[in-house]
Amino acid sequence: MSLAFAILFYVATLVLVVGVAFKVVQYSKTPAPLKIPTTPAPTTTSGVVMRMFREVVFFESLFKSTIWTWIFAWAFHMGLFAVLFRHGRYFHDLLPAVIVGPLKYAAFAMIIGLIGLLVRRFAVNRVRYISAPSDYAMLILLLLIGISGSMMTFVSHVDIVGVKTYFDAWMTLDFDNLILPPDPVLRIHLFLVAVLMLIFPISKLLHAPGIFFSPTRNQVDNPREVRHVAEWAEKL
Amino acid sequence: MATKEFTIPEIQEYIEVPDAPIPDATAHLSPFLAKPMHQEPLGFPEEVVDDWKGETLEAMGDLLGKYRGLRVFMDICVKCGSCTDKCHYYIGTADPKNMPVARQDLLRRVYRRYFTFAGKFWGALGMPGFVGAADLKREMLDEMYSYYHQCSECRRCSVFCPYGIDTAEITMAAREILARVGIGQKYNNEIIGKVYTIGNNLGLPERALEDTLEGLEEDIEDETGVAVKLPLNVKGADILLITPSADFFAEPHVDGLMGYAKVFHEAGVSWTISSSASEAANFGMFIGSYENMRKISLRIREAALELGVKRIIFGECGHAWRVAYSFLNTLAGPFDFLDQSYPIPQHILDFTLGEIEKGTLNIDKSLNDEMVVTFHDSCNVARASRIGDKPGSQFTIPRAVIKAVCNNYVDMDPDTIYEKTFCCGGGGGLLTDDLLELRIKGGLPRMTALQTVTEEYGVTHMAAICAICKSQFTKILPYYGFDMDQIVSVHQLVSSALILTGQVDEDDDTESGEEAA
Repeated sequence: MSLAFAILFYVATLVLVVGVAFKVVQYSKTPAPLKIPTTPAPTTTSGVVMRMFREVVFFESLFKSTIWTWIFAWAFHMGLFAVLFRHGRYFHDLLPAVIVGPLKYAAFAMIIGLIGLLVRRFAVNRVRYISAPSDYAMLILLLLIGISGSMMTFVSHVDIVGVKTYFDAWMTLDFDNLILPPDPVLRIHLFLVAVLMLIFPISKLLHAPGIFFSPTRNQVDNPREVRHVAEWAEKL
Repeated sequence: MATKEFTIPEIQEYIEVPDAPIPDATAHLSPFLAKPMHQEPLGFPEEVVDDWKGETLEAMGDLLGKYRGLRVFMDICVKCGSCTDKCHYYIGTADPKNMPVARQDLLRRVYRRYFTFAGKFWGALGMPGFVGAADLKREMLDEMYSYYHQCSECRRCSVFCPYGIDTAEITMAAREILARVGIGQKYNNEIIGKVYTIGNNLGLPERALEDTLEGLEEDIEDETGVAVKLPLNVKGADILLITPSADFFAEPHVDGLMGYAKVFHEAGVSWTISSSASEAANFGMFIGSYENMRKISLRIREAALELGVKRIIFGECGHAWRVAYSFLNTLAGPFDFLDQSYPIPQHILDFTLGEIEKGTLNIDKSLNDEMVVTFHDSCNVARASRIGDKPGSQFTIPRAVIKAVCNNYVDMDPDTIYEKTFCCGGGGGLLTDDLLELRIKGGLPRMTALQTVTEEYGVTHMAAICAICKSQFTKILPYYGFDMDQIVSVHQLVSSALILTGQVDEDDDTESGEEAA
């Protein structure tokens, strides 16, 4: 079973890294033949960097649009990042306990945010109409990951030292010490995380790398000053 | 087609977003299909090709490889619903497929099914719907034709999308795909054909254009006693004016054209209109066809070279200004043969404001005192381009011009102006009577905002800087209980407050009137 999980994670990591790299290369290789920033747009590259920063960190456009979605989405994402950061502790003691200790409560922001988004998907007629089964499934998947993770932190503590040893062995390909603690919650948690990693490059989760390639947000508003021509268009 | 009886929406106190979508409320709306004679000149098949499925997927694959926006937008929508209450057509029709994301999904489900692993996997299991994919069927193309012609490519949704997904880009791609399969739209394609054969959307030949301009010169002289020229094909003129052909005779457009002429006259610049490029509009953008858009744009370059002008100025037109500002340099540049000390191209409002600031125009604001004016930001100017040199000056420059010529100006609801402006309801190649129901319903948010300022501030006129907006409002205002002449050109306001040098008809009061202003 320990080995099965190890293999699952090797595969999932490979799919995630190669899959996302493939999409990033595909996005960057696809030309943007016309200047289409949503205006008013910055007229300098540094302005565009700031616009992207506000979009990625504060979800600026969503904030302008729908405040409840923004609250839940921002709580979820920020909670997720804090929790992910905290997971550094489980890999080779990358982070001291002082820093990561209080961050464990971020899990609640994540879970509350996810519940809010899920309820919204059911409750708002318009949003229900545009939702596919996979949209619900992904929220539920994330929710189960958050809940199972929190249970190990707040309810029944898992053998953290065992988990660290396991992932140290996993990272160093030390198959002799590949012993996963037999905690069912841990195994559910890890399995769901692997599923999430596997679907990341083939689903809407691509919004994470994708936003950086969104031409309406990443283009400089300077079409009169700088001539912008795509390679395929030059041949016409 | 659009023959079904329908009710005109009632203006409510606020813009109300339909909470419960009414499926297929406007499924019956579909513009007339292009005939073979409309398809052929644009390089599209004359009728639906036998292998429509193969051609759809091939065209889609081609565009996915050419447009990063399309590729990224197809992948990254998370269905957050942020856009669902933003489209004027959804607000006006309650048809859920007029919610931007649902409109996108008509194409995205095909993308998911045939271009992604998830769609192919679940499709092979017979459950493509699990991941929002669908097997391509012939009737889906008809549905796409219907709903991608219920989008005015106004980009309001892209302002509010956390990833900047622009439904306009997807609509353009879908229309291009459909046209390549042989399903084109008559209105757009017929007009593009006229541009190729005659030189403008309206099919106004050179001789008729010459007569029209002469008539306008006479009108101005009758009114003011001053001989203001509207020159045609003058070689060696400094400025080439490119303006939508509606400016040559439609109301209130033509009053705007006379306004440009008066401003040029007072500024003392030499300018000309070209009969070979007597059209600012570029419907190639509406149908998403880079090739056609480029071909139409190149006429402007050729005209500028042929006439030997130093500057290009565009008249009041929304999508034309988008193509001019955002795409012209790309499509028909570089314009290294023009005077580089001026913006290439320049917007007429930018020019006029410059003249107002220089003090070359003798303006008597009191001449517009019987009006209380508000301003409708046109979507392509607001969200897809810029006038002037600062981000957002596309909002301040028109207002500065209006305020320089009118004493009474008020803005509409802040949620309906600037980059949040609502489309007039007739943009994006939908300004055709076979879509009248859609145009009326899509105008609801703007009409609501106008009604509010009418009641609160006694607004009498709404100014616009887009030929399509002006034509659309002229048509739909009466359905909402307004008068059709309440829509005015910004340069019409300039024109009516501008006292020409040597003008005879105004009395002595004008001097004191200006000082009071």
